[in-house]
Amino acid sequence: MKEMLSKEHVHFLNSQKRRKVFVLLAQIGTLVVVLALWELLAQTGVIDAFITSCPSKIWATFVELIGNGTLLHHAWVSTWETVVGFAIGTILGYAIAVVLWWNNFLKDVFEPYIVVLNSLPKIALGPIIIIWAGTGKASIITMAVLISVVITTITILNGFCNTDGEKILLLRSMRASRFQIFTKLVAPSNVPTLMATLKINVGMAWIGSIMGEYLVSKEGLGYLLVYGSQVFRLDLVMTCTIVLCALAGVMYAVVALLEKIVVKRF
Amino acid sequence: MKILELKNVQKIFYTKTQETTAVENLSFEVQNGEFVALLGPSGCGKTTILSLIAGLLEPTKGEISVHQNAIGYMLQRDQLFPFRTIRRNILLGLEIQHKLTPDNVENAYNLLHKYGLWEYVNSYPNALSGGMRQRVALIRTLATNPELLLLDEPFSALDFQTRLSVCDDVYDIIKKEHKTALLVTHDISEALSMADRIIVLTKRPAKVLTIWESNLKDIPTPLGRRESPLFGKDFELLHGYLRGGVV
Repeated sequence: MKEMLSKEHVHFLNSQKRRKVFVLLAQIGTLVVVLALWELLAQTGVIDAFITSCPSKIWATFVELIGNGTLLHHAWVSTWETVVGFAIGTILGYAIAVVLWWNNFLKDVFEPYIVVLNSLPKIALGPIIIIWAGTGKASIITMAVLISVVITTITILNGFCNTDGEKILLLRSMRASRFQIFTKLVAPSNVPTLMATLKINVGMAWIGSIMGEYLVSKEGLGYLLVYGSQVFRLDLVMTCTIVLCALAGVMYAVVALLEKIVVKRF
Repeated sequence: MKILELKNVQKIFYTKTQETTAVENLSFEVQNGEFVALLGPSGCGKTTILSLIAGLLEPTKGEISVHQNAIGYMLQRDQLFPFRTIRRNILLGLEIQHKLTPDNVENAYNLLHKYGLWEYVNSYPNALSGGMRQRVALIRTLATNPELLLLDEPFSALDFQTRLSVCDDVYDIIKKEHKTALLVTHDISEALSMADRIIVLTKRPAKVLTIWESNLKDIPTPLGRRESPLFGKDFELLHGYLRGGVV
């Protein structure tokens, strides 16, 4: 910056910066304190490490599972299922929203069905999915798609329908076709809606894939979690949970970054 | 030459519980090159009339003869698309109508140059003031080279100071480009300062109450007309008509 900042301005910027640093320190501090307390209580026998596990054991399990490749394999399987479910759910949901926006009659016809489907706990469809899609990856991906597709349709359609009516009027006065109204106005002005939906869908797709793995799978983090709890290896359960947190966090961060790049203008 | 003619136009809106007659037996015409104002109380159906002329609504009865492909509609707010640069905003109409020929684009760019907005050609609308945005909106409207401009209270969203200067600018641009304009407003002073002829409407359902030939036609700018000694007298008269129409 070329221009000189006033003393007060510099002071303001510094205090802003300081606050940011404090927040970050407090965030790290919280994590450290929780982990330390957990470890301490387990070591001194106040809590039973067999039931609660503890950070040192989790770390040991993590290193072991990384070493023999188990963890990477299962994490990869779950991530793949989630990403595929996420992509199909989002694209399908968007496509359905476009069709319903396009045709008001269809929208009126299908609205109650969508509302019911949205309220239905998708896990209840588990047995049907297993019978129809088998006990493999197809079932898991179907679950991830089902969980994300309805909410995508609802959110995107809502965004489409809330497009500024005056701007539509302007386009109509220019003799725009419905297709042009969509491509020139409705789609671009709903890019932020799409980005918000992507963020929601990261979570939805993970719920879907892990739930699917609970139901049917022979591999994946959901499978490892169920296996760990059945043989009462809480170290394994905790390790998987933490890895899952990290993966979901990374995927969310990627989408958030995408949003930051894309949304600037919308 | 007649550019627009309405003959006994009626428009009725239906809802579940009632029917509302917005426009009743409305007839008037606009000649090429004229600047005509439709002046009426708020909610008298003025916007409905513009929508009928632009072909966005079908009249229940009556006839409207106009070249609907040669209409430029300017709305209350500028309605610039925030995700398009000024360049892509002013080319929107040409894009929609598949008329992005080098000549037309050149013409649109010339308008930006001529009215001092060229330096913003690659900016986004949020970088412009309200007055500048409204001028860009006018250039967007002119870019498709319409024969008839419909102006729906185009200054009502601006603050008073800006309104006066943008009013001058817009009037200047419309006159320089030799366009015919039909302005809709409930603001007597706005109608008086811009129009050659004022069609005073009754309250809903809108009918023609009287047609007022302006005494101020020879004064070249809206601001000049506002400063004319005749302005106050005409204002009183029109105000009387409107009040009479309201009762």
